[in-house]
Amino acid sequence: MHLLLAAASTATGGDPLFAKGIGFAVFLIVAVKVAVTFVVLLVATMLMVWFERKVISDMQNRVGPDRAGRWGILQSLADGTKLFFKEDLLPERADRRLFRLAPYLSMVPAFLSFAIVPVGGIVSVFGHHTRLQLADPPVGILWLLAMSSIAVYGVMLAGWSSGSKYPLLGAVRASAQMISYEATLGISVVAVVLVTGSLATSAIVAQQSSLATINLIRLGVVPFVLFWIAATAELNRPPFDLVEAEQELVGGFNTEYSSVRFALFYLAEFMNTITMSAIIVTLFLGGPNGPHFGLAPTSFLAAWLLPVVYFVAKVMVFLFCYVWFRATLPRFRYDQLMDLGWKVLIPLSLGWLLVIASILAANTTAEKIRNLAIAFVALIVAGAMLLRSLQLGKATVSEEDLHS
Amino acid sequence: MGALDGFKVTFKQIALPRVTTPYPAEKRPKPDRHHGRHVLNRYEDGMEKCIGCELCAGVCPARCIYVRGADNPADAPVSPGERYGFVYEINYLRCIHCDLCVEACPTEAITESKLFEFSFTNRQDAIYTKAELVVSDDGLPKQLPWEDWREGDDERTSAWVRATSPSGSAEFEGRVQWSGELGYGTRASEPDQATRDEETGDAWFVFTENRGGE
Repeated sequence: MHLLLAAASTATGGDPLFAKGIGFAVFLIVAVKVAVTFVVLLVATMLMVWFERKVISDMQNRVGPDRAGRWGILQSLADGTKLFFKEDLLPERADRRLFRLAPYLSMVPAFLSFAIVPVGGIVSVFGHHTRLQLADPPVGILWLLAMSSIAVYGVMLAGWSSGSKYPLLGAVRASAQMISYEATLGISVVAVVLVTGSLATSAIVAQQSSLATINLIRLGVVPFVLFWIAATAELNRPPFDLVEAEQELVGGFNTEYSSVRFALFYLAEFMNTITMSAIIVTLFLGGPNGPHFGLAPTSFLAAWLLPVVYFVAKVMVFLFCYVWFRATLPRFRYDQLMDLGWKVLIPLSLGWLLVIASILAANTTAEKIRNLAIAFVALIVAGAMLLRSLQLGKATVSEEDLHS
Repeated sequence: MGALDGFKVTFKQIALPRVTTPYPAEKRPKPDRHHGRHVLNRYEDGMEKCIGCELCAGVCPARCIYVRGADNPADAPVSPGERYGFVYEINYLRCIHCDLCVEACPTEAITESKLFEFSFTNRQDAIYTKAELVVSDDGLPKQLPWEDWREGDDERTSAWVRATSPSGSAEFEGRVQWSGELGYGTRASEPDQATRDEETGDAWFVFTENRGGE
């Protein structure tokens, strides 16, 4: 165990905590980290629910929740308490075991995917050095993709096991949508991994130490925008919230859920929003990096406080933007959603990846120009083929329409 | 910006004043002719205006008013004239506040205050009798424990409210056509609409006009 972890820490990423072997103190530190992450994430989720309701009410010229606590800040606590005391209904036609399992399948990955997010730099606690990050496995960012794939099961099984048609429709939409956009999400991550040369999130963050080297700029904005759009779709947040389109599907995949199980879905949804914002910050905006104003790197302020403040501030920007999207954008139609995913985002992300790879593969300027030229020719050919196929597809569809 | 204009719109809303008011804590001003809980008015000399004619009970579409008239005792008359309202009851579980009783009343005896927030816990409390309806000696409505009176709710309870301009005819604007009442005397008329608009009279209308003019 010790050797394995030590090997991991010498490879890309890895937590220096395990370098000296695992004693009681190390175990304790990890346990505290787990507990703190769990609690902070829960509290942050509750605040996020409140924040969303408050900001969206501001944008809709309303007052919003203002009864529970000052500025209604305890509203989600009150809602949660209420939900816990409500009757837990189990539909007669439900697949009982899956119905009970589904909320946890969406809740647990939401928690787990936050584990790889670096919240701060390396700090020392009682002589032990550790990262302000729950886990730093060498597979790093792949963990996120794995977890977000498992979360699809939560939504899908919830809809399927309800034994009711609207949840099933919502679940089918959800799985189709999440799988479609996961491609774009993955390809954007590949661009980051290519330029970093490591999957570990700590290494990804470490390379973005200044404004000029953050991936947003290094990769040329496009992967960032694609990742953001795809992440919004992964989260089933507006304008991609077809999964729970109230007007069409009653409530979507969670229609049959009530009480605690409903609360778990709700919590998972908002927790995922926070996690995805944190991942975007990690991948493209340098995570907890920021100006240190000449402070000694070992001082409390520079080691503990500033990185966390930068991280939270960056995440807040994205959380606000998600609420802003919800207040502004109308929902996509289902075919528009699929068109955007398959015909725009995936080709664009693949093309951009090709350009980045062709630049990275070259050592000299001459090679660079040659590679880029080849890439552009390939892109033009591929683009022409894509356009032609889209045209053909459209022609077939309209012919079918005429005959029917 | 085209497609992104929407983001500007939603962002600007944050700074604009709220449309909603946090209701029980803060209340919107009520319009002058708001229909609330009734009062039975008295003349300046303290005599009751009600003559027990039962026109209000006859016109009431909800049948919530019960009136029984009686001859005025010669030694201590309750109202000027021959008869007075001996029993006067309004059942607020039925009343729809349509104000037809106020329109029907020949002596401006029954009018409505601005109070609408009152809730009772038993049926007996819902039936208001003369003891509750007739204005007190200073001309103000009697306030019951379950009624949520706010400042200004008990003013403007007289026939002034309906008689400023009958049928909306501008000819009658500014003419006093109502009798005096206990505690207030004869109330002055409302300024005509043009003057009132200039003076930005009622906050309610100012508010809605501002919103519309944006």
